Amino acid sequence: MGEGALKNFEYFDPTSVGEAVALLQQHAGSAKVLAGGTDLFLRMHRRALLPDVVVDLKRITELADLRYSDQEGLRLGATVTHGEVVEHAAVQQHYGALATAANWVGSLQTRHRGTVVGNLCNASPAADTAPALLSYGAIVTIVGPEGQRELPLEAFFQEPGRTALAPAEIVTALRLPPAPGQRGWGYARRTRTVIDIALVSSCTVIQANNGVCSEVRISLGAVGPTPLRATQAEAVLRGQRPSAALLAEASRVAAEEARPISDVRCSAEYRKDMVEVLTKRCTESALRMLQML
Amino acid sequence: MKRLITLTVNGTPYEVAVEPRQSLLQLLREELHLTGTKEGCSEGECGACTVFLDGQTVDSCLIFALEAQGRDVVTIEGLARGDQLHPVQKTFAEYGAVQCGFCTPGMILAAKALLESNPHPTEAEIRQGISGNLCRCTGYVKIVEAIQAAARG
Repeated sequence: MGEGALKNFEYFDPTSVGEAVALLQQHAGSAKVLAGGTDLFLRMHRRALLPDVVVDLKRITELADLRYSDQEGLRLGATVTHGEVVEHAAVQQHYGALATAANWVGSLQTRHRGTVVGNLCNASPAADTAPALLSYGAIVTIVGPEGQRELPLEAFFQEPGRTALAPAEIVTALRLPPAPGQRGWGYARRTRTVIDIALVSSCTVIQANNGVCSEVRISLGAVGPTPLRATQAEAVLRGQRPSAALLAEASRVAAEEARPISDVRCSAEYRKDMVEVLTKRCTESALRMLQML
Repeated sequence: MKRLITLTVNGTPYEVAVEPRQSLLQLLREELHLTGTKEGCSEGECGACTVFLDGQTVDSCLIFALEAQGRDVVTIEGLARGDQLHPVQKTFAEYGAVQCGFCTPGMILAAKALLESNPHPTEAEIRQGISGNLCRCTGYVKIVEAIQAAARG
């Protein structure tokens, strides 16, 4: 460690989003945004990133907002930590898969600092909360020099390490729409140790109407260049009465939709196999919650 | 260029000039000479640098000192009341949960946080609760026993 490890930089802690965007514009190309710091500090320490300017978002009070209403759904500000999401009663009740997913991130110490939005902005295909957020239909609110825009989370991830953020833009919040009715969910993750990046992750969220799966969302992590929705697998179940055969078919199709690579953690073949297994488990869990299985 | 920050550590207010690139861990060890908090991995993986920041356990190696402006920090040095050890410190000593001692400050703080949020944890909950703190010596058995003993009171 020691003082020599990091390059020195100018630190700003603005108190408004406008100020933050202006700073990023002013220092275009040499500024980095700081939220929880669990990733940024590490990269700066390893000298993988050498920003001249760091803009700390944590004194912008609106970004710390985590609130739920039956009408608006869930609003999760950019500096909300994984720990806050895990502990939030409304998240546990209405977005249970997200609370479960967030609890997998790092260690307790990491979750007390690292933010959900910051983690997503790293655009890791293996981001633990991504499959849950995708299955809940999360929408990203972005503010930049041109103003504010919204983007579905699927469109936010472009490729490993790159999001749809333009220069000087920041994510200010995630918005999860309210559920029109009762939902069942399942979230599963394969990992080597407790604190390790996911080998494969999967999340199913199902809405039911009169014994039929009216809405089905199946999302996968760590099996493609971005977290992805298994839309063809969803189509197998959508509008249908669930059965063991349909479940098996949907799981098989999800495995086909996955585009995993082999890496230091495991092989692509293992990932494909696990997509089928985890999708089946997650979908069963969702249906059991709805008492449809 | 250095910036003056104010923060409270173990109940005492401090005013310290820090460089932006300095971590909270460096501030505690090198500026305030509170060397109980250890540098293990500098990656936020081992938990040897665990401190309480505004009441929550965090890895101080991944936090800039500037981020601690106006905040409340508790290190291992802040646990005992004079000669009175905290119950977790006592049971760690009694149950042989300390070998080389390097993980111990962080481990004790993690255990304290666990018991404050869950006063009667199961063994599985204990292991989950300290999973952010690595120990290379003990194999965790005595650590778990010490925490169970502290929970029994």
